[in-house]
Amino acid sequence: MNQNDEKTCPVIANHIKVALVGQPNVGKSMLINSVSNAHLHVGNFSGVTVDKTEVLFDYKGYHFTVVDLPGTYAFTDYTIEERVTHKYLCAESYDLIINVIDSTSLEKNLQLTSELMSMSKDIVIALNMDDEAKKEGIEIDAAYMSELLGIPCVKVSAATKHGIDELIDAVVAQYEAPRQESKLIFSEAVEEEIAQIVEHLTKHKYEARNSYRHVAINLLKNNKKTYEKIHDNPIWTELQPILIEASKHIELHHDSDDIKEAFAEEYSSFNRGIVAEVLKQDVVEEKKTITEKIDSILIHPLFGIPIFLFFMWSLFQLTFKVGAIPMDYIDAFFSWFGDTIGATIANDDIRSLVVDGLIAGVGAVVLFVPNIIILFIGIALLESTGYMSRVAFLLDGFFHKFGLHGQSFIPLVTGFGCSIPAYMSARILKNDRDRLLTLFIIGFMSCGARLPVYVLFSGAFFSAEMAGNVLFAIYISGAMLGLIAAKILKLTAFKGVDEPFVMEMPKYRLPSAKLIWHTVLTKTMMYLKKAGTFIAVASMLVWFLSNYPHNAQLQTEYSAKIEKAVDEHEKITLENSLNSKLLEQSYLGSIGKFSEPLFTPLGLDWKMSVALQAGLAAKEVVVSTLGVLYSLGSDVDEQNKSLSTVISKNISFASAVAFIVVIMIYLPCLAASVVFTREAGGIKYFFYLLAFTSVVAYSLAFLAYNITNMLM
Amino acid sequence: MKTLIECNKGCKVIVLKLNAPLELKQRLISFGIMKEANIEVLEHAPRKSTIEVKVGKMRIALRAEEARLIEVEDI
Repeated sequence: MNQNDEKTCPVIANHIKVALVGQPNVGKSMLINSVSNAHLHVGNFSGVTVDKTEVLFDYKGYHFTVVDLPGTYAFTDYTIEERVTHKYLCAESYDLIINVIDSTSLEKNLQLTSELMSMSKDIVIALNMDDEAKKEGIEIDAAYMSELLGIPCVKVSAATKHGIDELIDAVVAQYEAPRQESKLIFSEAVEEEIAQIVEHLTKHKYEARNSYRHVAINLLKNNKKTYEKIHDNPIWTELQPILIEASKHIELHHDSDDIKEAFAEEYSSFNRGIVAEVLKQDVVEEKKTITEKIDSILIHPLFGIPIFLFFMWSLFQLTFKVGAIPMDYIDAFFSWFGDTIGATIANDDIRSLVVDGLIAGVGAVVLFVPNIIILFIGIALLESTGYMSRVAFLLDGFFHKFGLHGQSFIPLVTGFGCSIPAYMSARILKNDRDRLLTLFIIGFMSCGARLPVYVLFSGAFFSAEMAGNVLFAIYISGAMLGLIAAKILKLTAFKGVDEPFVMEMPKYRLPSAKLIWHTVLTKTMMYLKKAGTFIAVASMLVWFLSNYPHNAQLQTEYSAKIEKAVDEHEKITLENSLNSKLLEQSYLGSIGKFSEPLFTPLGLDWKMSVALQAGLAAKEVVVSTLGVLYSLGSDVDEQNKSLSTVISKNISFASAVAFIVVIMIYLPCLAASVVFTREAGGIKYFFYLLAFTSVVAYSLAFLAYNITNMLM
Repeated sequence: MKTLIECNKGCKVIVLKLNAPLELKQRLISFGIMKEANIEVLEHAPRKSTIEVKVGKMRIALRAEEARLIEVEDI
């Protein structure tokens, strides 16, 4: 029979589906990465993984599907991500659980393990961060622990890849072996009640998939599903009074009116017992750990916030200054590349499409890759060192005044990189109202795609010394506007009680260069990929719209004039005037002219308004559109081709300020809007967001334009 | 009756009772803040709006409102 099975379905016979479960920030995603060479996003704070991710790989003739689940402290369904994990474990089919445990914090991690043990599933425990535990002088007797729990325990280190093979071997062995009943033991008082219920179930030969002990524990823990099942059974009438008595006894024993609290205490004392048996710590703990020493400076009541602001300021200074170094080379490369390619194309239209459309557009976006990389490195450091949670701690009091939650800081900072993961990471907020409020504010945190616009404009209007500060100011004022908007929304649309703030502060970790490299590389490649695909198409579209329809009459009229021109200077002036006239009567010109009245009060000409409208698709398109529009028709002389010079010549300072204000506030991009709609839970929220951001962007840009004009 | 928010930096206490609503209580318990747990206060944010405590080996940030719900006693 067995052989037959293998013949008909060899794939399924060797397929093991593993659910990876553990408390937040114990290195689940990193473990998957080292097992399978996948590149899941890892960081050092709770809530990096917010949705389940599947990774497939083969090992010793077995096909593995590993499901990386969001970290959960306990099965309390406190946040959305915890609900994802709990629901998956209860409702989906999988063969085995790998419970990942942080070896340096065994007792706390076992709290979840004991809940998993009462689920009657096959479990393998991965004692992760073994290398760190060794450094701290912690020695865990894994063999003895396996025996005590009845669960194989394997020491691993996801960071050094040590013990990974042993872990998979243990998974295979556990998968092949018959299941053992878990060895979770409660206090005498609870064990007595369990025995009584088991006896009753046995007497009535109750039919259950799980063991009677398991059913009894679930009934005592008020497990809804078990209740639903047994409720329809005739034995319920007799069982009910027994259960009520039992619960009363347990609650009395624990001096609590909450059965869940009582069970948590039960688990906790079981875990304390286990830890006392298996864990030895050689070195006496220092009075202050390194983390506490660093914390005494970084979260100092007085210096904490200034230090944080200094870090952010330095990041933006670096972004501008270091980022500017390779920019000239990239710029030179693209104009050389455009000229070289252009020389090989005979057809005027095609050459213009490739050089002025494709290369100018994509080049304008690629130009900012150095800045983007620096920003991403900064964010990756913030995420992976553990500093992120400290800032959440520092800012909670301040954020709270504006109706935001300290933990809102995490999605908001992620928003500086890209709004899409930021919308996703808002799931760490428990309360729906707080989460929606945060979702609405994320857009105010300028994402990486807007950075090119800021770099371009601050470089065009300020000296290199000032530009970094201007960049920092733009970001900070965006964040400030976000806070004010949060306060307004909190007082109007999202009234309600505040969510409690209870958050783990992870240990500081020095991230490996490899980890930073992978995170930054993945994000940068995404940016480049977008430049090569979406932006390339958009640039060609913008080129087409700005070149057609052709106006032959205008062209002949001007070429006659140009021929008659007496000197070079007049010739160039005429050519430029022809180009801008041609542009004005193109499709794009018509669109721009049509919407110009709307943007005139903000001091924006039709080119800028077209760039803003194109920016609704993606913020990179703003720069590429400006690149195409200004490389086609403007008074550019040959020596000064760079876009930033063109902009400083063609756009007044006040208009530029208004332009930046709009970019800062209005809708992030098409893809982000889709994710926002999904995370907020309805299309109506998208229209709220659209209306909210448009109104705020328009009125503030109007103010900014007029105030700047008055001052100048 | 002393609560956690009244403790100063560096003080060590034992938890007597959690007066939090059900959901929050479970959250605190899953962080190890439960009856008979030892807690050390590590740090205060400005004006005690948020505090950092140590339970076992875990460092936890709590807002003043939540710390007020945790009844404690000096060790």
